[in-house]
Amino acid sequence: MNDTGIGASVRRKEDFRFLTGQGTYTDDINRPGQTYGYILRSPVAHAKINGIDLAEAKAAPGVVAIFTGDDMQVGSIPCGWGVNNKDGSPMNEPPHPALAQGKVRHVGDQVAIVIAESYAEARAAAELIDVDYEELPAVADLATALDQSTLVHDEAPGNLCYDWEIGEEAQVNAIFESAHHVTSMDIVNNRLVPNAMEPRAAIGEYDSATGEYTLYTTSQNPHVIRLLMGAFVLQIPEHKLRVVAPDVGGGFGSKIFHYAEEAIVTWAAQKVRRPIKWRAERSESFLSDAHGRDHVTKAELALDQDGKFIGLRCYTKANMGAYLSTFSTCVPTYLHATLLAGVYTTPAIYCNVKAVFTNTVPVDAYRGAGRPEATYLLERLVDRAARETGMSQSEIRRKNFIPEDAFPYQTPVALQYDSGNYTATLDRAEELADVAGFQARRSEAASRGKLRGLGYSTYVEACGIAPSAVVGSLGARAGLFESANIRVHPTGSVTVYTGSHSHGQGHETTFAQLVSDSLGIPIENVDISHGDTNKVAFGMGTYGSRSLAVGGEAIMKALDKVITKSKKIAAHVLEADSADIEFKDGKFTVAGTDREMAFGDVALTAYVPHNFPHDELEPGLEEQAFYDPMNFTYPAGCHICEVEIDPDTGVVEVVAMTAMDDVGRVINPMIVEGQIHGGLAQGIGQALMEGARYDDDGQLLTGSYMDYCMPRADDLPDFKVGTTTTLCTHNSLGVKGCGEVGAIGSPPAVINAVVDALWDQGVRDIAMPATPNAVWNALNGAKTAMAAE
Amino acid sequence: MYEFNYHKASSVSDAEQALRNASDGKIVAGGQTLLPTLKQRLASPSDLIDLGGCSELCGISVDGDTVTIGAMTTHAMVANSAEVQSAIPALAGLASNIGDAQVRNLGTIGGSIANNDPAADYPAACLGLGAVIVTDKREIVADDFFTGLFETALDEHEIITAIRFPKPEKACYQKFPNPASRYALVGVMVAKMSSGVRVAVTGAGADGVFRVDAFESALDGSFSASSLDIEMVHLPDLLEDIHGSPGYRENLIRVMGKRAVEACG
Ligand SMILES: Cc1cc2nc3c(=O)[nH]c(=O)nc-3n(C[C@H](O)[C@H](O)[C@H](O)COP(=O)(O)OP(=O)(O)OC[C@H]3O[C@@H](n4cnc5c(N)ncnc54)[C@H](O)[C@@H]3O)c2cc1C
Repeated sequence: MNDTGIGASVRRKEDFRFLTGQGTYTDDINRPGQTYGYILRSPVAHAKINGIDLAEAKAAPGVVAIFTGDDMQVGSIPCGWGVNNKDGSPMNEPPHPALAQGKVRHVGDQVAIVIAESYAEARAAAELIDVDYEELPAVADLATALDQSTLVHDEAPGNLCYDWEIGEEAQVNAIFESAHHVTSMDIVNNRLVPNAMEPRAAIGEYDSATGEYTLYTTSQNPHVIRLLMGAFVLQIPEHKLRVVAPDVGGGFGSKIFHYAEEAIVTWAAQKVRRPIKWRAERSESFLSDAHGRDHVTKAELALDQDGKFIGLRCYTKANMGAYLSTFSTCVPTYLHATLLAGVYTTPAIYCNVKAVFTNTVPVDAYRGAGRPEATYLLERLVDRAARETGMSQSEIRRKNFIPEDAFPYQTPVALQYDSGNYTATLDRAEELADVAGFQARRSEAASRGKLRGLGYSTYVEACGIAPSAVVGSLGARAGLFESANIRVHPTGSVTVYTGSHSHGQGHETTFAQLVSDSLGIPIENVDISHGDTNKVAFGMGTYGSRSLAVGGEAIMKALDKVITKSKKIAAHVLEADSADIEFKDGKFTVAGTDREMAFGDVALTAYVPHNFPHDELEPGLEEQAFYDPMNFTYPAGCHICEVEIDPDTGVVEVVAMTAMDDVGRVINPMIVEGQIHGGLAQGIGQALMEGARYDDDGQLLTGSYMDYCMPRADDLPDFKVGTTTTLCTHNSLGVKGCGEVGAIGSPPAVINAVVDALWDQGVRDIAMPATPNAVWNALNGAKTAMAAE
Repeated sequence: MYEFNYHKASSVSDAEQALRNASDGKIVAGGQTLLPTLKQRLASPSDLIDLGGCSELCGISVDGDTVTIGAMTTHAMVANSAEVQSAIPALAGLASNIGDAQVRNLGTIGGSIANNDPAADYPAACLGLGAVIVTDKREIVADDFFTGLFETALDEHEIITAIRFPKPEKACYQKFPNPASRYALVGVMVAKMSSGVRVAVTGAGADGVFRVDAFESALDGSFSASSLDIEMVHLPDLLEDIHGSPGYRENLIRVMGKRAVEACG
């Protein structure tokens, strides 16, 4: 193995600039003549705007211009995924204006932009704007939104976006009729605020000489923003619109979407003929970054007398918030319901999803997107079914796993898993977690007055979000491939232009390892360039753990082309047939001879083609590839959590967290481990701490870190992580994806552990987040109930 | 933040004068509460008078059974003071758990008490230990000082100069942090003073810090954790928010109270 190649824990190349404060984030960029934008946002959840008085604000010091929805008559912010109702009719897709058109629909909705010489002046002037809001009742609660007479959008009767289904309801119902045992649960997947460390920011710029626009933005996919904003909202053709997403400080999904502020600053820059910078304050992030999760589901699992799963049915309500954010509609359907087979052989599955409008911030993909929701409800059901039927957590899973020899495995809910070995990950996880020693640890904890519990979760997820053909048939309004361009410079160093975008994932290292490994050159000679539509030909960006499985494969394809061309050049110089050229360890050799040429010499020759046969061989060494995979990839694993609960206070301490994941081939073990650590922290955060709460008026109660609880280092144990490997069968690297597994697999493991600790006290269920107060309430409720019996 | 004039006072009298001259002056100590308030535009004082240059307000002295802490003494100084650690370890411990290192290095005892946040820690120390708050005008006993949510007995422009803590026989502060903010969801100071036991609770009261008479008389009878298995009669209204119901807070008062008694030894 090359020590900077595949499988090496190379230290992250990008970390020097990040750790020394030398990253270039959007807010670090300042353009000549720049002005500052402040977005005036609605303080109320639902209101008619009867008038906006700008007179005083326009006269305030430093103000350059103020625009409202009346001024900004542009296209609606598009939704990227159409979902059909079960009767085949299209979903309800009300307009999503960048600046409010006569109505505001959530606290934080954009009402106006104030542009001034400084941010402070813009903000001060905004306070002088007098908006006449005629308040309307708010639809704040997902569970009851469909029954409310108040409509978020007049275009969406009953506040329904769509009523979608997968599977044959009648067939599944029949299975339930004859089932030996049915486990039923009402399951809430709590709403989360993404909280990337870097708040969103955008700079819009217009060059009147060329008619070109530039948008600098905190995005996970600049080309997608160019397409959505250019083609749909502002009608700017691609060749006149450059979108740059420089260093981005975390996204977790929340920076996939095309946001109103991007369109507002780009549009307004053309009006004022000066660049405009906007950056969210943290409280603004809470009110304007798309939130995640927020499902309520009635879920039921049918078992036969042997404990085999024979049917699953789910009725889910999914909160869309006030407007359809870019990928909001596909999350509860194609990223959630299609995952409901999990790692099990359940033969019949039905899922109905009603997507619901409410007067809350839009909800969209957040680390895991749909798959954590599916995994949570499934693993909670399995845990409960085991308890109800007297099986152990290990036994019920082993009995129902898709066996190793059944791959490729066609699930009843559209997906076909290519590879996996679920028993192997469970075996290894149980070993690493020392499940055998748990009872002793539980007794020891009891002697200290603590309740100790152990919880399992065995999951599979679908990532490497692609193939265009599949997603297209499911309603995606875009293709989901990736591009790569390998530019070999004359002295043999390499720049890779990738359509993936790194915002914490370490692509600049992992992708460079692919090149170092493949071309046999030092990793220092490889740079990865991303995030600029003027540099990268095209890209679909980074989300759904797709960067390596899709973007990395595109790089491999381009590398193949580079090697093929290099062989031709070597053959020409070495006067051999290119079919006889072998490439190994950075050297091109004529097979069976000692005649060889180093990669660097080939590169130089490519650019100094003094005697090239120009009809056969072009100068230069640069190759482009687009890769569109055959299938999703299917990482899977087993997470085992151990908690200790203080019954006096309800505090849950995560004392051990084991994650055994099969992410396919591991390119950089250190980076994979880091990704899993981050995912676990978010998963534990969701299970025990995080939860966005609205009051009945649609005010966000958890609008700052005083009330929205983020996990901190001292909330987390040292993680025990490991990998097992089955290779993806349809990409050359055999890679699957690791970016989301931690957040997908862990929440049910944590909650199952909490329930395990409390079961003997009479507690049967607890909702996320299992805060101290919630746990204490559950214990006390159970105590009271037991006393009453 | 709105615009304001900034003054750095070199002495208390200098600060008093600056306050008198300002149309709407406000003292800034560590700024850990005031500056976030200004940044959120929730206050707009005309002038900020910084006490950071008043060396007379900073420092810790022990005289017999009294520990005197200057108003501008930071949480970190109290936490790390050998004198406080030996005279009233509960107080040093309390200070060491306020906020994070940055907050402790800037935030001051005077600022905390003047602010009287219902979830702040120091009010429980003052009330629990029976401290005396010394101002530029008078001395106020803790029982009279904390008058409601963010309300104190301070007059407009009155400046806290020091806090005098009597040394307890034993004392312990137990804090149950709010999971999100890590202020006190409930914090209980139990102190055995020569005059009797005092129990003060922060974080829980709808009107701020308060004493629990029932616990005090029970502990006066027998200073043991089991003495607290009694009804807490005459509790004031308790706070209700997304982190804790009144019932949960009441439970925590007992649990933290018992833990404090146990830790007193
Ligand atoms: C992230 C964070 C976490 C925190 N966690 C905790 C916690 O866990 N527990 C806790 O108790 N606190 C916590 N705090 C608050 C912290 O302790 C503050 O330092 C304290 O409440 C205010 O002290 P200050 O010196 O910063 O006062 P400032 O913010 O400067 O002033 C606060 C108020 O007091 C007035 N004032 C200041 N000094 C005087 C004086 N000498 N005389 C009269 N009036 C005066 C000011 O005019 C102002 O109204 C936290 C703060 C932050 C930012």
